[in-house]
Amino acid sequence: MTQTIETFLNRYLVTVSKPGRYAGGEFNQIVKDWGKTAVRLALAFPDTYEIGLPNLGLSILYDQVNRRDDALAERVYCPWGDMQDLMREHQIPLFSLENKVPLKDFDVIGFTLPYESLYTNLLSMLDLSGIPLRSCQRSEKDPLIIAGGHACFNPEPISPFLDAFVIGEGEEVIHEILDLVKDHKRDGATRRELLRKLDDIPGLYIPSFFEVAYHSNGLIKEIRHVFKPEKHTVTKRFVKELPEPVTNFLVPNIQTVNERVSIEIMRGCSRGCRFCQAGMITRPIRERSANQVLAALKSATESTGFEEISLLSLSTSDHSQITEIMQGVMEISQARQLAFSLPSLRVESFTPELIATMAGKRKGNFTIAPEAGSQALRSRINKSISDEEILATATQIFRMGWTNLKLYFMIGFPDETDEDIQGIIDLCRQIKAAGKRLIGGRLKIHISVNTLIPKAHTPFQWLPFSNREETARKYRLISDGLRKTGIQIDRPDFRHSLLEVWLSRGDRRLADVIETAWKNGAKFDAWNENFDSQKWLAAFQTCNIDPEFYASRAREMDEILPWDHISSGISKNFLIREYEKSRQGEISPDCRSVCHACGIQSNFMISCSELRTRV
Amino acid sequence: MRIRIVFSKTANLRYTSILDVQKIWERTVRRAGFYLQYSQGFHPQAKIQAANPLPLGYDGLEELVDLWLTGGPAPDLIVQQLSEALPDGISIKRIEIVPENAPSLPKQVDFSDYCIRLHDSEQDFAGILEKIKSLLARETLPRTRNGKNYDLRPLILDLAAERISGDSIEIYLRMPSNPGKTGRPEEVMFELGFEWQDFQIVRRRLILGEPEP
Repeated sequence: MTQTIETFLNRYLVTVSKPGRYAGGEFNQIVKDWGKTAVRLALAFPDTYEIGLPNLGLSILYDQVNRRDDALAERVYCPWGDMQDLMREHQIPLFSLENKVPLKDFDVIGFTLPYESLYTNLLSMLDLSGIPLRSCQRSEKDPLIIAGGHACFNPEPISPFLDAFVIGEGEEVIHEILDLVKDHKRDGATRRELLRKLDDIPGLYIPSFFEVAYHSNGLIKEIRHVFKPEKHTVTKRFVKELPEPVTNFLVPNIQTVNERVSIEIMRGCSRGCRFCQAGMITRPIRERSANQVLAALKSATESTGFEEISLLSLSTSDHSQITEIMQGVMEISQARQLAFSLPSLRVESFTPELIATMAGKRKGNFTIAPEAGSQALRSRINKSISDEEILATATQIFRMGWTNLKLYFMIGFPDETDEDIQGIIDLCRQIKAAGKRLIGGRLKIHISVNTLIPKAHTPFQWLPFSNREETARKYRLISDGLRKTGIQIDRPDFRHSLLEVWLSRGDRRLADVIETAWKNGAKFDAWNENFDSQKWLAAFQTCNIDPEFYASRAREMDEILPWDHISSGISKNFLIREYEKSRQGEISPDCRSVCHACGIQSNFMISCSELRTRV
Repeated sequence: MRIRIVFSKTANLRYTSILDVQKIWERTVRRAGFYLQYSQGFHPQAKIQAANPLPLGYDGLEELVDLWLTGGPAPDLIVQQLSEALPDGISIKRIEIVPENAPSLPKQVDFSDYCIRLHDSEQDFAGILEKIKSLLARETLPRTRNGKNYDLRPLILDLAAERISGDSIEIYLRMPSNPGKTGRPEEVMFELGFEWQDFQIVRRRLILGEPEP
């Protein structure tokens, strides 16, 4: 088959859009001897090559697995529509980029699912591979189909399509899975037996082993494990110490969404913003030492030749050695004329010393995330920074030579008033005035105003999603209020947010809707030009399911939520306490100074302060 | 120092555009441990100059690029270290040191020689020869490309076909490749009745200055 695939590529690739997506052969690509490798994993990213290639999660697993002598990992991304049509026309199955082997010939296919709008592409990729869409339809010949990534913290809507999910971090558990699959292959055991064994690995969720019963009103009555009545939850995995960072990043031969050395300096976040799913599900905080970060940066720039370096974390300026790291970054970037980007800085910890390390450097965009327009509302979402602090930071930024400022806001918070919306306008106008005084006409301010999506595993998980009219009215207030200021406003398409709401807050019954929407032609839903909400609404109708049940309905505090059997290690009591504090406008300070008993320490028997720093 | 690299670009790099190839050179130099010179100004650009863009999907056997490096590493060392740092699909044939004030490459390119391989060896060779003959006999070949009408005939400077070992058929073509006039071999192939999936275009070499006899 590989020969047929190669002949097909040789002849037809020139006729499709962006053919470089399907060519492979990047610098640092690892091609192993297929015949001599015991266990084979395909790492699948259900969006285009350009989006998927820089994905750090996939890079980490590619690195981890290919370090083993007995295993190989190859990559596959979702072919664009024209290529899908061409492959179907010529009966070419979906193949890996490295050895050009059909996906069906791998032992395991692992999908990376960082967000929900990729679900229809996941179905396209299974279908193009000739693999049955549903776990229950697969035979002994089919690979094991697994998924991981942040979206899997509510795996239910896609649960029938996957054989297993990895909940949480994959660095360790991927090896346990491959070991098991290798033994299973050697012993010639059945698929069923493999799933039973996978079910014993902590952090693995086998959806077919859980049954969900419903009340007549549609609410969940019970979620139970079929064989193990005592197993109520699957608890996420995390690594106590972050492994050596990836340094041999793949260097693409065509342009991708970002091309840079990305070193994750810290995982987890201590701020506890109540809307932020990432901040809840990635606890506890684990830093990499400044030495390790700088050594990795150096080695990665040498091995990739990339012209930009980036430090990743949810809250970069909170790293205990950030000044040291920044000094090192400046040295490395100056020596080789590299640009650098530093996302996720916090107003609270963005100190003058830190700013000083960046002196004399060409200034790109600077981002501040006030999230809400008034201090009162910011307290309710636990983002306790004052207008004065925001203004002071912005002023300092302009003084240091930055001209482009980006501000992140959200609307749709509980009990949000028009005064809160006016707060966004006032704050932007004040920042604009300060910037104008200091740097004049070169000032550019962009604001991005998202609509809150009350995500699973956050204190806001019970909240309804905002309705269309209210949302539209608030956006109108903001754009009217900022008229003639030259401030550019980005906002999401409401229909697109709704899709994210359904898919992130739904239950198993949504699988039929997803499959029907896919059959209706939904694909690349994350792409505005492809997304068609009519296909989704039609699918809800066909399946006789009311989308509002998942979107605009406030959930009862004692309701069994679709993801209640998936544990992030954070206790539900903590989420309830945080929700109540939010209603009172009470903040929970940074948990490095005071522990709020979120459950991470007790559930995992760990000490956060011991895991936090490494020197 | 200014060096001129003669290189081939084939296989999986067939689908990489000229801009992305520039980036590949920039990164390769960095990986190899050399330093490129940068232009002055607010947005410094690496000093790299390709002779002529090779369209997507073509193979190139002797493509040319000039790089300006800082310092003066030995040519052997440059070839060795760059070769190790290049991705699969580009390989260096040779390099030469060029005087700093030599004319710029793009201005020197006049023509390209192509060899077009037919994928299917079962093609009727006599028929192809016949078609070439009648095509060359035409005085004009009006065609439309990207919505523009033009005459393809004067862009065909040389056209021939040959059956080579193993029954495969190759078509040879010389066309202009300068900023004023650029011929696209696939247009000739379309005129001969072929489609994209029937052939592979290989640019054998770029011809600088006056065409050789």
